[in-house]
Amino acid sequence: MQEELIKRAVELMEDGTVNRVLGWQKGQFVYDITPAVFTSADELKENFVYNDFCGDNLSKYLKDETEKEGKVLVFLKPCDTYSFNQLLTEYKIHRENVYAIGIECYGKADVELLRRKGIDGILDVKNENGTLKIATIYGDEEVPMMEAMAERCVNCKSKKHVAYDELIGEDGEVLDSNRFDMVEKLEQMSAQERFDFWQGELSRCIRCNACRNVCPACTCEKCVFDNPDSGLYNKAAADSFEEKMFHIIRAYHVAGRCTDCGECSRVCPEHIPLHLLNRKFIKDYNELYGSFMAGAEVGQVSPMVDFTMDNDAEPSIVQKGGAE
Amino acid sequence: MQRIGVFVCHCGTNIAATVDVEAVAEAAKSVPGVVFSADYPYMCSESGQDLVKESVQKYNLTNVVICSCSPRMHEKTFRKAVESIGMNPYMLEIANIREQCSWVHKDKEEGTEKAIMLMKAACAKATLNTPLTPGMLPVTKRALVIGGGIAGMQAALDIAEAGYEVDIVEQKPTIGGKMAQLDKTFPTLDCSSCIVTPKMVDVGQNDKIRILSYSDVEEVKGYIGNFDVKIKRKARYVDEDKCTGCGLCTEKCPMKKVPNEWNLELDTRSCVYIPFAQAVPKVATIDPRYCLKLNKGTCGICSKVCGVGAINYEAKDEIIEEKYGAIVAATGFEIADISRYDEYAYGQSPDVVTSLEYERLMSAAGPFGGHLLRPSDHKEPKKIVFVQCVGSREEESCKGGKEYCSKVCCMYTAKHAILTKDHYPDTDIYVFYIDVRTPGKLFDEFYRRAVEQYGVHYIKGAVGKVTPHKETGKLEVQGYDMILNEQMHIDADMVVLAAAVEPSHTARRMATMLTAPMDNNDFFTEAHAKLRPVESATAGVFLAGMCQGPKDIPETVSQASAAAAKVIGVLAKDQLVGNPCIAHPDELMCNGCSQCAGVCPYGAITYVEKEFRMPNRTTKMRRVAQVNEAVCQGCGACTVTCPSGAMDLRGFSNNEIMAEVDALCL
Ligand SMILES: Cc1cc2nc3c(=O)[nH]c(=O)nc-3n(C[C@H](O)[C@H](O)[C@H](O)COP(=O)(O)OP(=O)(O)OC[C@H]3O[C@@H](n4cnc5c(N)ncnc54)[C@H](O)[C@@H]3O)c2cc1C
Ligand code: SF4
Ligand code: SF4
Ligand code: SF4
Ligand code: SF4
Repeated sequence: MQEELIKRAVELMEDGTVNRVLGWQKGQFVYDITPAVFTSADELKENFVYNDFCGDNLSKYLKDETEKEGKVLVFLKPCDTYSFNQLLTEYKIHRENVYAIGIECYGKADVELLRRKGIDGILDVKNENGTLKIATIYGDEEVPMMEAMAERCVNCKSKKHVAYDELIGEDGEVLDSNRFDMVEKLEQMSAQERFDFWQGELSRCIRCNACRNVCPACTCEKCVFDNPDSGLYNKAAADSFEEKMFHIIRAYHVAGRCTDCGECSRVCPEHIPLHLLNRKFIKDYNELYGSFMAGAEVGQVSPMVDFTMDNDAEPSIVQKGGAE
Repeated sequence: MQRIGVFVCHCGTNIAATVDVEAVAEAAKSVPGVVFSADYPYMCSESGQDLVKESVQKYNLTNVVICSCSPRMHEKTFRKAVESIGMNPYMLEIANIREQCSWVHKDKEEGTEKAIMLMKAACAKATLNTPLTPGMLPVTKRALVIGGGIAGMQAALDIAEAGYEVDIVEQKPTIGGKMAQLDKTFPTLDCSSCIVTPKMVDVGQNDKIRILSYSDVEEVKGYIGNFDVKIKRKARYVDEDKCTGCGLCTEKCPMKKVPNEWNLELDTRSCVYIPFAQAVPKVATIDPRYCLKLNKGTCGICSKVCGVGAINYEAKDEIIEEKYGAIVAATGFEIADISRYDEYAYGQSPDVVTSLEYERLMSAAGPFGGHLLRPSDHKEPKKIVFVQCVGSREEESCKGGKEYCSKVCCMYTAKHAILTKDHYPDTDIYVFYIDVRTPGKLFDEFYRRAVEQYGVHYIKGAVGKVTPHKETGKLEVQGYDMILNEQMHIDADMVVLAAAVEPSHTARRMATMLTAPMDNNDFFTEAHAKLRPVESATAGVFLAGMCQGPKDIPETVSQASAAAAKVIGVLAKDQLVGNPCIAHPDELMCNGCSQCAGVCPYGAITYVEKEFRMPNRTTKMRRVAQVNEAVCQGCGACTVTCPSGAMDLRGFSNNEIMAEVDALCL
């Protein structure tokens, strides 16, 4: 597929549709991939990569990229198209300055899962019909792709592209995934168990801000955590209360806007399952206000910030049971 | 550095009985920033206000904190006081230690502790207060009255009298409301038509008043002084300007079997109709549900007989847009649906009627020309049972009835009894009541006349069941006399149910458009139950008549005139002082996400693309929020929605609120 993407990108650059390409760039290792902007066919041929480790959601980079001169080409996996739409909804992308190619995706690998299997010193990974053939400095290994797949991909919410100018590969369906199973487990815990669970997870946070920086919903001009006047400004959590405040506030800020792209959990160096916080909100939205998926369409208004004249004035939380 | 003065009010014993006011004043002395504190029996009195003013001057105070009653009571009073000596009124804070403290606590120690906390919170906020200056708003010198019942008419006449233009929007083809349907009115028994139709004529002829009948309010935007209203003029298929009201079309219309709502469907009318002889405007309306021409393309007789060519089958609903400075809601009431009460056999027998239907049966313009006859066999009823409080004063869980008292039923039932006895002295009348409520001028005298002079049988008790008997034509009434503690059986000819009143079914829609609060029963709520009874909490919206709660005609008229006075007060001004406590976005922080506009109930937020200076002499166009200062009501919905904290409320800034919370919690 990589060659096909490069070919199409070069064509679009040559016919003047776009003047640069937002894609994935080779790293030192096969799994360490970084988003990059390519401005020539040569650069593309040399450094552009599309493989099982290209998990990065490129849509957030469009905020800055589409402010520049000329059109930029972007490749979007199905889940990335939701972020793309949500960014459009929030007026963060200049649509006229981007050419979006939807590309099919069968799930991306998480190198961490390989490492947990004791596979280290990875030199190369090839996917042969669903099996990862891994060359390491200690010899060759084989792992079924399913076992190396990131959680968000195992529980993929949609193979459908909700936005694109052009499609390469197949378009799929919105999936009925099991992504809320773990949330349900948390809901069934006692308050103390749940508190202990989150305490355990969040106390590892080193406030590197990677989750926030990667999040396509975190596109504020000035984040409250960077604003000395907000009263929340701090670089590191001073106590366990602040550890939780950071994440709770962030979860609230992205509630109704988070598309469950899973980037936050992917980038967290401490492997904190941040997606569970967001999914709890999404699950509650679905249950309280009817099914709602941020980014499914451009211009959608999230139920929490929706005020219309014929709003049902009944307190629906009370009516429907709501929180205990 | 702030120099705060704290003033603790005793409010007689209202506060002092449960709060140690001296201790609060003493505690204030150690609050950072406080340089003076004192307690006083009545802070709001002239000498109390003087104490505040003198202290401000003597101690060079920059902020004032008054620990007293709710800011809704006296914030204005104290703001005025400090303003008179040159302090910005928004540098004053109120700590509510009455409603939120002394009135809800019994234990003095607890009360005192809480009062001290509230005082500290207010000081914390005061420290961050900044001087605010309200903007000025222009005023459109015209008023809108929604509803053309006696309330709406009276309000319109009074506003017009002061020289301002008024539009009345009435949903029905004619103004007049329920009063026009009544026969006589308590307690004086003057004929309702004789007093209401001249009013209708006055309204119709007043050149300051425009009647938009057969119309609906579709949209209300804007704010006090500057409302933008869309009004739907429903197609009447008759040109109002051409129609002379001669009524020829109504005579010739072959479709005569249309239920006549004017007579509560006790008889029928023609499809093209004028509701009643004194209707204003006196123009015909075609009922599109029944018209043969409109539905089947046949007939067309009315157009042929109309001498002035007023009939227009092609007419369409029309939306007109108007500007107003103030709005009076006078949407009145409806008779509640009592079909749930099958024990009274309403709906099973035509001889069981509501009181309003009884008014029509008695009325000279009613279905039987004023001759009281039973609807079933058109015979004179000899024995009539009245049942009061049907659907009123009932627990909602019971049958979805109303918890409130409908207020007018006791009196109109006495009226019905007296009028019936007057015309038909040999009629036997029974009234079942829970209690008879007659607080009003000449009301108890009126009721006693019914009992003592007319011999009406008032029975404290209830009716358990009404059984219609086909063979005899009688209604078997099973009742219970609570005083004699015995069951009763009455074979009645008619049963009259004093059904509960409820607000117009359009009220909720109106209230939503007007952003005016209403209570659980859908009555509009007044801004203050005692001190602002004719104002809605929404500035520029005033209330008149039954739409605000059950009331009789004199009360309705007084409220309407009072609302008119308030409207005139608004329209008489060339400019209005705005509210400075409104939202404003910090453009450097706003990211244009547009979430705030979604939650603003007043539509105050819009967006602009603006150029911003960036590092290295570059610029950047960014989308940022803008608040229309005149439209914003300062509700704060947007400030809590904004993820970046860019939106903030003047006078209630995020930091001020946080400081209060910190003072309470830390
Ligand atoms: C059976 C009965 C007998 C009574 N007898 C007496 C009596 O003897 N003496 C006495 O003092 N009181 C009596 N009353 C009370 C009296 O009827 C009311 O006090 C009075 O009619 C209230 O006037 P109003 O203008 O508030 O409401 P209404 O008379 O109901 O007028 C409201 C008007 O607004 C219109 N409207 C409603 N919604 C809208 C809308 N959204 N847009 C446009 N127009 C709208 C309606 O069509 C109506 O014309 C009696 C009441 C009843 C039920
Ligand atoms: S919170 Fe996480 S899952 Fe949600 S949009 Fe941001 S990065 Fe994606
Ligand atoms: S990425 Fe992980 S460690 Fe970094 S701030 Fe987010 S949760 Fe904390
Ligand atoms: S405070 Fe905000 S939401 Fe409320 S009226 Fe003003 S702009 Fe609208
Ligand atoms: S919610 Fe905040 S950031 Fe978003 S547009 Fe409104 S003021 Fe700006």
